[in-house]
Amino acid sequence: MLEINGISVSNGIALAAAYCLVEPDLSFEKVEITHVDSEINRLKEAVAKTKLDLEAIRDSAIYKLGEEKAAIFSAHLLILQDPEIFSALEAKFNEKINAESALDEVCTMYSGMFESMDNDYMKERAADIRDVCKRILAHLLQVELPDYSRISREVIIVAEDLTPSMTAQLDKQFVKGFVTDIGGRTSHSAILARAMGIPAIVGTKNASKNIPNGSPLIIDGLKGKVIVNATEDVQAQYRASLKELEKDSKLLKNYITLPSISADGHIVEIAGNIGNPKDVDAIIANGGDGIGLFRTEFLFMDRVELPTEEEQFDAYKTVLSKMDGKPTVVRTLDIGGDKELPYLKLPAEINPFLGYRAIRLCLDQQNIFRTQLRALLRASMYGNLKIMFPMIATLDEFRRAKAILLEEKQKLLDGGALVNDQIEIGMMVEIPSAAVIADLFAQEADFLSIGTNDLIQYTLAADRMNEKISYLYQPYHPAVLRLIKMVIDAAHNHGKWVGMCGEMAGDEVAIPILLALGLDEFSMSPLSILKTRGQIAKLNKDQLNDHLEHILQLKTSIEVEHYVKKYFLNLK
Amino acid sequence: MEKSFKITTSEGLHARPATLLVSSVSPFTASVELLYNNKSVNLKSIMGVMAQAIPVGALVTISANGADAEELISKVTEVIISQGLGEEC
Repeated sequence: MLEINGISVSNGIALAAAYCLVEPDLSFEKVEITHVDSEINRLKEAVAKTKLDLEAIRDSAIYKLGEEKAAIFSAHLLILQDPEIFSALEAKFNEKINAESALDEVCTMYSGMFESMDNDYMKERAADIRDVCKRILAHLLQVELPDYSRISREVIIVAEDLTPSMTAQLDKQFVKGFVTDIGGRTSHSAILARAMGIPAIVGTKNASKNIPNGSPLIIDGLKGKVIVNATEDVQAQYRASLKELEKDSKLLKNYITLPSISADGHIVEIAGNIGNPKDVDAIIANGGDGIGLFRTEFLFMDRVELPTEEEQFDAYKTVLSKMDGKPTVVRTLDIGGDKELPYLKLPAEINPFLGYRAIRLCLDQQNIFRTQLRALLRASMYGNLKIMFPMIATLDEFRRAKAILLEEKQKLLDGGALVNDQIEIGMMVEIPSAAVIADLFAQEADFLSIGTNDLIQYTLAADRMNEKISYLYQPYHPAVLRLIKMVIDAAHNHGKWVGMCGEMAGDEVAIPILLALGLDEFSMSPLSILKTRGQIAKLNKDQLNDHLEHILQLKTSIEVEHYVKKYFLNLK
Repeated sequence: MEKSFKITTSEGLHARPATLLVSSVSPFTASVELLYNNKSVNLKSIMGVMAQAIPVGALVTISANGADAEELISKVTEVIISQGLGEEC
């Protein structure tokens, strides 16, 4: 039995076998061969096996991800069966080299050809060729490639790190948890785990090296540890706790159809955060009052080119129609920082979180921004759309973004298109400068939405991806709480509403404070909606207000946490 | 048998359109070439087609040779038109 500690990103317990995502060793020797025919047959066999693999992957991808994302595997199948490549391979065998070397040389030739093209899109096709060759090579060497899209039993994924494209292929039905070496509370894998409602331990430093593939694992989200090869006793104990947790979540189901209202009758909106149209189902299943954050950048990720206006229109229309008139806040493209789009070919920056991203990029590359705004405006007829701009630092940025939006709206109207007349235009408050002058923004924006993940990192000057300083990620730091208060008060003074769409909005310690401060809309992972509604139902806002002044005078994050826990958590 | 087209899909013959074209002609026994800019490639080869990097507005000629050449040309025409990849010219 081995215990590995890390950062827990969502509470919960999981028991399943480890599924290690590791790059296998595909090294080989170049050797001279005498039987060319048998070597060609070996290659043909490997190609045939690869074809079966790719067909299975494509089919499951169509089922799980849709035709469009699966198209890449159709392209891979054509590369595999490309007659030109096969002739090139056959020619290579004249040199009497083994199949591995022939494949490698042909692959290098073709990928090199694409890499040298002066078209960025074509350059990336080299990766497709290498990917296909890698699959063939693995069959030649009889090495199994990790194929997470074909997992068909319950597993806990163990990896150095998870990338968005890896996780897009995971069948969520079978993934019971994640364990990664790197990452913190707000890393991609952490956000994903919360969205999926599964426990995850990140930042373990070396779990992927110490956990053998297939070994039984237990994730204890509460204590932030992973137990490898637990004894029967320990396993039984965890199975019992898991049952308890499942019972609790059943109780929460009662809140699906109930309004979001405090014990003393104060009504709030509890909304969900989504990344793509599929996620709307989770909001509806959990009885969300709306969508407080649609992260549109996910429509732009895991692809090779920008989504067209039509593709975006379809996505927005789907979301708005499904929400059936409930408020739907869409954030315009927030790319840059930790979210890259390889096909935009943005130069690397020393300080990406302080760099060319989000609205800064959109105001500069207006074709991207305008395409998105047109798609949104056209979709606005299908529901209750609210648009907000990310990373606003100055009033001028907000004014320019809003002017572009109104310009596109006018163009559409002039062209005879229909555009909803009730679209609210708001902004994210995630940069301290915007929080400090929230009163000025509140005069021009229809609403403000506080993005706490960034607001905290910018306020404490602490890179949230850097584990060494993770202690500085303090949601209850008095400075953060005071900034939040400033924003809420400023907006209310001008009759505007305020939402919050960072992790903090669904945090049980933060919720009583936010309710007391008068936050109007709490937007969180759909899986947290019911828990939050249940918690707010037991809180008394009037009574909280009596404590608010005291809480705001507390001197440290820890003091705030202890105070709230002492007075407002575990209320029955 | 041959036929000429003007490519109208905004991104040119990138991966998705190239995949559609190659898949549509692969089942036929006839050989088929795609001529663009005085350079001809096997239309059954996705690598060959993509390596041409055919942009929007390009004029291409598809020529087929073999028993089912006629069916091949009518199939590929149907795909080009119905998928909005190009127009006859």
